Amino acid sequence: MSGARLFGPAWLTEGVKEALLQALVALILAVPLIGLKTVQEPGGLGLQTRWPAVAIAVACVFVGRLLLVIARHVWPPRPKAAQSPVVAARIRRFVRLLGPAAIAFALLLPFLPFADRYVLDVSILVLTYVMLGWGLNIVVGLAGLLDLGYVAFYAVGAYSYALFAANFGLSFWACLPIAGALAATFGILLGFPVLRLRGDYLAIVTLGFGEMIRVILINWSSLTNGPRGISGIPRPDFFGVPFNPSPAPDASAFHTLFGIAYSPIQRVIFLYYLILVLALLTNLFTLRIRKLPVGRAWEALREDEIACRSLGINPTNTKLTAFAIGAMFAGFAGSFFATRQGFISPESFTFLESAIILAIVVLGGMGSQVGIVIAAIVLIGGPELVRELEEYRMLAFGGLMVLIMVWRPRGLLAFREPTIRLADFDRTARARSEPAATVP
Amino acid sequence: MPPFAPAARGGNEQPTALLKVEHLTMRFGGLVAVDDVSFEAPDAGITAIIGPNGAGKTTVFNCLTGFYKPSVGRLTLSHPRRGPLYLERMEGFRIPQVAGVARTFQNVRLFGGMSVLENLIVAQHNELMHASFFSLAGLLGLGRYRRAEAKAVERARYWLDRVGLTARADWDAANLPYGEQRRLEIARAMCSQPVLLCLDEPAAGLNPRESSDLNRLLIGIRDEQRIGILLIEHDMSVVMGISDKIVVLDHGRQIAEGEPRQVRADPAVIRAYLGEDEDEDLPPEVARDLARDGGGA
Ligand SMILES: Nc1ncnc2c1ncn2[C@@H]1O[C@H](COP(=O)(O)OP(=O)(O)O)[C@@H](O)[C@H]1O
Ligand SMILES: [Mg+2]
Repeated sequence: MSGARLFGPAWLTEGVKEALLQALVALILAVPLIGLKTVQEPGGLGLQTRWPAVAIAVACVFVGRLLLVIARHVWPPRPKAAQSPVVAARIRRFVRLLGPAAIAFALLLPFLPFADRYVLDVSILVLTYVMLGWGLNIVVGLAGLLDLGYVAFYAVGAYSYALFAANFGLSFWACLPIAGALAATFGILLGFPVLRLRGDYLAIVTLGFGEMIRVILINWSSLTNGPRGISGIPRPDFFGVPFNPSPAPDASAFHTLFGIAYSPIQRVIFLYYLILVLALLTNLFTLRIRKLPVGRAWEALREDEIACRSLGINPTNTKLTAFAIGAMFAGFAGSFFATRQGFISPESFTFLESAIILAIVVLGGMGSQVGIVIAAIVLIGGPELVRELEEYRMLAFGGLMVLIMVWRPRGLLAFREPTIRLADFDRTARARSEPAATVP
Repeated sequence: MPPFAPAARGGNEQPTALLKVEHLTMRFGGLVAVDDVSFEAPDAGITAIIGPNGAGKTTVFNCLTGFYKPSVGRLTLSHPRRGPLYLERMEGFRIPQVAGVARTFQNVRLFGGMSVLENLIVAQHNELMHASFFSLAGLLGLGRYRRAEAKAVERARYWLDRVGLTARADWDAANLPYGEQRRLEIARAMCSQPVLLCLDEPAAGLNPRESSDLNRLLIGIRDEQRIGILLIEHDMSVVMGISDKIVVLDHGRQIAEGEPRQVRADPAVIRAYLGEDEDEDLPPEVARDLARDGGGA
């Protein structure tokens, strides 16, 4: 304790040490990243050094850290207690109001004055990620299985639709259950060997599986047409009635059916409602299954697998159902993606997609349905709205994630509604038994 | 008659014990954690397993409940409805499911992020799964599942009342004080309707009042539910008060088995509890107290 004190109080010495350490790390990073630049020279490539820039960066880190230390000393951070019941109640009320309001808004969106083609396209994209987020939430948020290869099931769904529609001429509605079933089957096939693993190990194996599917899609050219992808995927029709500007005289089209003028936006609006319905179905399913034995077992498994086993819950089967059902929703979303794009290739199913979906789930607040919607809007819609930033878009994306994690480390809306309350249960049970009680 | 007591068995009591442990041995590499342990546990009786730290008590539980596969030994559970079951051959999760062996843990293991009531509902998972056709009936909103759930809630309420946690039903389990967490864990085990309840140091960390409440609860469970209770306990005075039978382990070996009075007087037990090294560290008056009580932790 009596070590040489250079200057000032002990906390400042500590702070300077901390800042020096950070500056050293910054130096190590900055030398290759900032200090060296390749430039075109007459004789080929040449190296340009930018030491002043490195010095500035390192100085910034040192001073910034020091200021942070001082700020922390002057205004010590309030110890963050576990979420107080008051805050939880406030969030709960907010969510109760927000959910129905958001659904009403989503239903009306295509008819609002500002909803042009671009707004609808972005909304469809956001809703696709909302659905994927809700699907992955079953696996990660409820069952607590860290799945880094979720995009694989999305790919299975997309390719199932593309291949079945192109080769057998099946309609979207016929392909949807097939795609879901195939994705779920892949989920089970993957799940069997890997679900014995826990935490980080599971994450790494699922990551590998996700990449494997992509590599197979690239290399199995005879089926998937390799990296060139599948084009000319049938576009969706309105329950058998196509969106066709100039239908044959004896055939009908969407606009003739309703006696309105043709507009290309009709198809976009239909796609919008399609993904809205698919996403809401995912949500409804999740809300429902949380209150059922399987859903409760998923959450129990997330909380403590050993305790689950001591209560006779089969951990493998329970995890498999979570994996399969999560995969199924990814399969549905994949079908939608294929019919919307009309073209798919392995490029659409990279690890980055898995990471983005996972980021949506984590930032939304694990297990929070509304949080996932907000996170999807912020993470997917946000970068779309700031397209002018161009190459800084990803920087904005990363910065946003860091900010959210600093501001709300457990996610935007991290709170959990119990699936059953003794108080509510008593009330409904009494209401149900009252008429019976009057019968003699 | 309590509402959830198992159906009364016929007048002619079966002569076999509820649980029969024969030559149980558990090795971890070179370490023999449990060495040739044999004892019987009656139903409707409290069998205490005592012994110093590291004696192998928890390991016995882990073998019984399928967390470890015993190196040697036979564990026979005479299930009142399903007949004899050999626990050492059963897969871990099937022991609670089929054989009806429930347990608690030395370090409480609750579903902390779930509510108290949910903890008790999860404990009835298998019954609810069965009633809801693996949740499908619930997904379709059939009345069958609603009725099963209502019954599960009633059972949960019964045990909440028994352990005095009814007012806490909608709390997150992790937010309960320690003593209540321990009681919730027992209630959760009981909600799974076991025929054998294994409690790993349930009194650890409880204050004297909570501890005597616990004793009353255990006696109540034994006399009303008429199930077998295996109790790991450190505190000799607790054990002497409530157990019908005591098994003493030391360094993995079984050094005594019998009624409390016999065990208390057993010289091997006294030696194990007051090892030669230890009584030098103890103040003389404490050592005298311990000797008078027949030992102590
Ligand atoms: N999984 C394991 N691997 C290795 N050694 C273990 C394991 N479980 C228990 N042991 C050892 O077995 C011995 C008995 O432990 P335990 O049964 O926990 O004792 P206690 O009687 O205090 O409950 C200890 O020496 C412990 O280190
Ligand atoms: Mg122990």
